[in-house]
Amino acid sequence: MTLSAPIAEPGAGIGYRARPSLRSRIAGGRAGPVLVVLVAVLVLWYAGAVLLNWPTESARLARGNPEVSPAEILTATLSAQRPVLPAPHQIAVEIWNTTVKVSPTAPRSLVYHAGVTLGPTLLGFALGTLLGVALAVGIIHSRTLDKSLMPWVITSQTIPILAIAPMVIVVLNSVGISGLVPKAIISTYLSFFPVTVGMVKGLRSPDAMHLDLMRTYNASGRQTLAKLRAPASLPFLFASMKVAVAAALVGAIVGELPTGAQAGLGARLLAGSYYGQTIQIWSALVAASAMAGVLVWLVGLAETTARRRAGARA
Amino acid sequence: MSAVASPTLRGGPAAPLSILASAAVALGGAALALALLGGGRGSVDLFFWAVVLAFWLGAWRLTSGIAALSPKGAAARRMADLAVPVLFGLTCIVLWELVVRGLDVPIVLLPSPSQIAARIAASTGILWADFRQTYLKAVLAGWALGCGLGFLAGVAVDRSPFLKRGLLPVGNLVSALPVIGIAPIMVMWFGFDWPSKAAVVVVMTFFPMLVNTVAGLEAAGAMERDLMRTYAASPSQTLLKLKLPAAMPFLFNALKINSTLALIGAIVAEFFGTPIVGMGFRISAEIGRLNTDMVWAEIAVAALAGSLSYGLLALLERAATFWHPSTRAGRA
Repeated sequence: MTLSAPIAEPGAGIGYRARPSLRSRIAGGRAGPVLVVLVAVLVLWYAGAVLLNWPTESARLARGNPEVSPAEILTATLSAQRPVLPAPHQIAVEIWNTTVKVSPTAPRSLVYHAGVTLGPTLLGFALGTLLGVALAVGIIHSRTLDKSLMPWVITSQTIPILAIAPMVIVVLNSVGISGLVPKAIISTYLSFFPVTVGMVKGLRSPDAMHLDLMRTYNASGRQTLAKLRAPASLPFLFASMKVAVAAALVGAIVGELPTGAQAGLGARLLAGSYYGQTIQIWSALVAASAMAGVLVWLVGLAETTARRRAGARA
Repeated sequence: MSAVASPTLRGGPAAPLSILASAAVALGGAALALALLGGGRGSVDLFFWAVVLAFWLGAWRLTSGIAALSPKGAAARRMADLAVPVLFGLTCIVLWELVVRGLDVPIVLLPSPSQIAARIAASTGILWADFRQTYLKAVLAGWALGCGLGFLAGVAVDRSPFLKRGLLPVGNLVSALPVIGIAPIMVMWFGFDWPSKAAVVVVMTFFPMLVNTVAGLEAAGAMERDLMRTYAASPSQTLLKLKLPAAMPFLFNALKINSTLALIGAIVAEFFGTPIVGMGFRISAEIGRLNTDMVWAEIAVAALAGSLSYGLLALLERAATFWHPSTRAGRA
């Protein structure tokens, strides 16, 4: 799932007259519009929570008291025990209760479950990146590998690799390997394809002119790789690493599903769906999303640092 | 030296001969090794592994020999480009078969390709029912709905620069999230049957389509847009005659990404509860009984479905974006 489409520069303001009013300054930045969209999502969410929970809650309240007022139902829809759609503040309270209020090692703690999922994610991501880069270097240097392996790497992107996850877990379990390693293998598998494809593109990105210059210097293949191809491929590497780290997290979460794992964000999702604990599902989802966001942000941070040290401008 | 920079090897008179020789070695090695396997357990000895090694080396020489050729005609070149990956894939499958049967790997760990093929042939009925449930119902409905909604939302957002600036970062963020996690919620909302899987697919495919539509509608050049303005074209005319055609590469990119995402979403959503049919259900049920050959059969069907739909979309893209430089370069 390489998101290789370039995202057009926001606000390419062709044909718009410059008029620096307060409104245009708010609308011109990025924080303002994003904030408005987020607030709209929140409002829609509350409306959805009221609408979706209304039938069940009004039926529940009407059983005890036939003349229940709409205001009572309204408050009940936003504080139901097992809502169809929990209100955002219920999820926030649940997250607060399961992170700050319990010790991080308790089995109720979301921090503990996130940690269980984070381990295989990071291990798989590291292995996948190394494997992807190694494979890309091989593909660059061998015409046979390029012509024979590359079509398969691309084809492999079109097949639902995640379907293999349960088999990897169960088969490795049956030979006595369990815990962190099988999940990390799935994460590796998911994260190495984007890195391979991105790095092949990146290592080939130097100009023909620069490659010719290396040839006039009589540089060896290894020197060309270290001094020209590797630096040129940095932006590609980090772009594909961002995709890869998100894929690794998905792999680790899905890897927890088939064996009925006791711990981890995927296990929380599964347990929540078994017992109808919607708030628990949503809080696990929010935790997973936050983790994905932080991981992608960290890769972005590493990118800025690496590019600055490599001498890129700004 | 790199494949790009170095001058390609010319296939001199010696090259076809060596290719023929390695083809003979590979074919003979494969046939001999399979014949040895037929002789029962006792026949797997050092000689067998030597034959396997000979097959591997022959196949490798053959593949690299064809890869090094650079035929003159366009048709011949396309044939060579097709032959190399196909040969590589065949080599992998034959090696898989030989190693699994030679080492007597238990079927639970890794079934051999012939066992998987036999299982596919023996259970076409089940596979078809699963395919219909998961692919024809959940994936197609969800994919069409998700892409359609994403496209419409993208066109609507395109009219407002404010919304565009607000929605694009959010859409990009959502693309990185583990959206697959909404599967248990959708199963609760829409029940066990295929609509819940289609709903997961809709959510998964919506945002890539939205982001790509918005990016694609911006892809038309400033010059062309100015030209439309000098023609006094209305916004809808500009959209139909300029922006949509220019957005086609982006739209097809999203359609292709989404075809893979949709299959993954539907299969994983079935891990959370299904009626007793469907590819994801079959995978999780059969792996519980350690019937790995059935799991591999389902994976083969899923892989085939995924690649074929991707290929079909790629063909459609070629037909729709024949004018685009990247397509023209591919044809040259």
